[in-house]
Amino acid sequence: MTGPAGAPPGAADVAIIGAGVVGTAIARELARYDLSIVVVDAATDVGTGTTKANTAILHTGFDAVPGSLESRLLRRGSALLRDYATRSGIPVERTGALLVAWTDEQRRALPEIEEKARQNGYTAIRPVSAAGLYQREPHLGPGALAGLEIPDESVICPWTTPLAYATEAVRAGARLELGRVVTGVRSEAGGHALATTRGTVSCRWLVNAAGLGGDVIDAMLGDGGFTIRPRRGELIVFDKLARPLLGSILLPVPTAVTKGVLVAPTVYGNVLLGPTAEDIGDRSDTATTAAGLAALLEAGHKIVPDLAGEEVTATYAGLRAATEHRDYQIRVDPARRYACVAGIRSTGLSASLGIAEYVTGELAAAGLPLTERGAGGAGPPAMPYIGEAGIRPYQDAGRIAADPEYGRIVCHCERVTRGEIRDALAGTVPPADAGGLRRRTRAMNGRCQGFYCAATVSAMMAAAQGPGPASGGPAVGAGPAGRAAGRASPELGRLA
Amino acid sequence: MNVDVLIAGAGPAGLAAGIELRRLGVSRVLIVDRETEAGGVPRHSAHTGYGLRDLRRVMTGPAYARHYARAAVRAGAEVRAGTTVTGWPGWPGPGGPLSAALTSADGIETVTASAVLLATGCRERPRAARLVPGGRPPGVMTTGELQQRVYLHGQRLPGRAVIVGAEHVSFSAMVTLAHAGAEVLALVTDQPRHQSFAAFALAAAVRWRAPVWASTAVHRIAGRDRLEGVELADLRTGATRFVRCDAIVFTGDWIPDHELARLAGTQLDPGTRGPAVDTALQTSVPGVFAAGNLVHAAETADVAADGGRHAARHIAAALRGGQPPPGPRIPVTVAAPLRWISPNAIRAGGPPPARGHFLLRSDIFRRPARLEVRQGDRVLAAARARLVPGRPAHLDAGWMARADPSGGPVRVVLR
Repeated sequence: MTGPAGAPPGAADVAIIGAGVVGTAIARELARYDLSIVVVDAATDVGTGTTKANTAILHTGFDAVPGSLESRLLRRGSALLRDYATRSGIPVERTGALLVAWTDEQRRALPEIEEKARQNGYTAIRPVSAAGLYQREPHLGPGALAGLEIPDESVICPWTTPLAYATEAVRAGARLELGRVVTGVRSEAGGHALATTRGTVSCRWLVNAAGLGGDVIDAMLGDGGFTIRPRRGELIVFDKLARPLLGSILLPVPTAVTKGVLVAPTVYGNVLLGPTAEDIGDRSDTATTAAGLAALLEAGHKIVPDLAGEEVTATYAGLRAATEHRDYQIRVDPARRYACVAGIRSTGLSASLGIAEYVTGELAAAGLPLTERGAGGAGPPAMPYIGEAGIRPYQDAGRIAADPEYGRIVCHCERVTRGEIRDALAGTVPPADAGGLRRRTRAMNGRCQGFYCAATVSAMMAAAQGPGPASGGPAVGAGPAGRAAGRASPELGRLA
Repeated sequence: MNVDVLIAGAGPAGLAAGIELRRLGVSRVLIVDRETEAGGVPRHSAHTGYGLRDLRRVMTGPAYARHYARAAVRAGAEVRAGTTVTGWPGWPGPGGPLSAALTSADGIETVTASAVLLATGCRERPRAARLVPGGRPPGVMTTGELQQRVYLHGQRLPGRAVIVGAEHVSFSAMVTLAHAGAEVLALVTDQPRHQSFAAFALAAAVRWRAPVWASTAVHRIAGRDRLEGVELADLRTGATRFVRCDAIVFTGDWIPDHELARLAGTQLDPGTRGPAVDTALQTSVPGVFAAGNLVHAAETADVAADGGRHAARHIAAALRGGQPPPGPRIPVTVAAPLRWISPNAIRAGGPPPARGHFLLRSDIFRRPARLEVRQGDRVLAAARARLVPGRPAHLDAGWMARADPSGGPVRVVLR
């Protein structure tokens, strides 16, 4: 597109701040049009904030606030993502959910929840008796009184999702500028200049999808209609050997006193317990706490008592980008060519494609010219499959025959092969560190947490990346020079 | 493919079993290991002290591993590294075949065996399984990962390190860290004192200036993208302090790698967390045996190898047939503060355990300790032992003949 007067030469048509699931979904959607797009993030990988550390559930939105923008975009987004996941190889499993009432107060709340689901346009919800609950979930702890079944609640891979979006966007020409902290925004006629820790990024239109930093970026543009109040959620991942204890997602009934914790399968074949909900001041404090973990275990052992005999594989904490408002904070300012996409709370993963579609429509209405590209659109990328329900490379005789590297298992707990690690390191959006490789392959994510494989995996990583400067992050899609830049050196503090 | 015995795991137990099975005339013995080389954990334990009891000479871990791997091949066992048992297809059919699915660079294959020996070893519980709260920065690892980084991949680890644990393996981690260029600040243990040899602790203090901080618990790990340090709490006073460091190595706290055992439907022993085994090292599933650190995590390599040979003799006898049908399993259990006993079942007319004794673990120090073996109201035996957490104690098996086959579980208690 031709820029209006005043935009500096070389300016991108659209800059998106934030490479989380929302920012990358918007980048993917906009990349379908004849626009130059750049995504800027402080982190060195996509999806490292709220996106990566949540309950990994693809919500139907049955319990959203009826009439809210969140309700609408959740419903639309989850339908779109279900389809997109199937086409791109993002692991997703339609396990269904059971919402379980353990007290009379909770049981009395069930009809209201059912009615709310109908108001949200979700009609498949239905009541389940206590006997029905135990028939479905024989390992459910004693004392369940009644429940609701939500057959379309699903579990999804929160790591492959933003990676698929980013991969599709980059292949369509978008640029990822990672490892750049936005320190200021100067808005002028015709566009914006983002000051970052690694130079200036100029653009005609700006999208703020900065997640936990959404209000900070918004304030740089002189707004400030909301404040992000990070809510920390701690979670516990149980060993895969616990997976047979559970068929579906077991949801708590939210009450005035507590939101409660859930127990859910993961697409990697584990069992997840959490989250806690704690309002904290620090936007980077993703540490777990002794009190949080103890409270989770106590609650989890009541819901599924047999979990007490299973090993814990991982613990983590994520921050949800809550605000003082009950709904998403999405607005587009045509005069300033600025879209604020903030306060996505804890539903960004499920709603991401709905949000991207909505924001793109609002941007078009505000004057962003959308011209479909020619026959260039390649569609969803084929992502490496890292779920447990389908066929993984180590189970695929044809793939091993074609390439023996898929028969060489390196990470034994998660059964990740050399071929998969090699592929991830050479991907369109390659990992910047061991955490990135974990999220792309599951390597080192299993019960031994690296006892057997971390040394081998980190040697493979070092060999693939070679020596390089230890600061900054990769620029992806900026050509070979950008791709090779900014590698971490394998020193002690960087080890997995 | 059909074999007489499939052995899962080519560490000391699996390799020693394979050698013994061949020596006893069993023809087709296949030993598979998922690592790229046979030998097991000794491959990356570069310190010396291996082989003293079973090979009558002192050698390093890697030399010991090579010795057993070569001996197994020489004995006529087929040893396949880089080969993972991924499951037991069609298992367990009642009286049906024992078949295993294998994945390797050569493809996917199903092997049917007349008997299976599980010798999958053990690993250290990582930080997450120990529920240590805090951040999740890089630089936090187990001894297994540390030793592979240093001894198999030649990595240097400059910086300050804290070791969690003060048992034999903790001192081994200390030596590895020193080899890799790290400065070991301390070995931290929640026990009232270290659990290793006095000479090790003295050497640590004098040669490496690494003190043992006893009665000290790890409260929290600090750091997000990079490890900052660790918060420690003195269990006697409750006082906490923060120690800056670049690496934390969690040592000991062993757990058997029991995935294949559980997938095969074997009953687990609640104490060892490995498959429950009788004194012939047979599991609850007919035809499936288990040996090595899968059934006693963790003992030294020579004890694991002895267990492998012991299992091999009983597998060979079972394959020959003509054995009297074994009596019912009588569970052998322990009561706290004893943690586990292995083997953990006996049968009437069954053999004595490997080396003629049961292995015990305690959660507390007690020396001398007075143990009692009870069945119902009867005291089958009284014995003395020396209890140190994380170190083996032995219980002579002489009482086995006095157990009543219909008298219920046998309990070993601390008096």
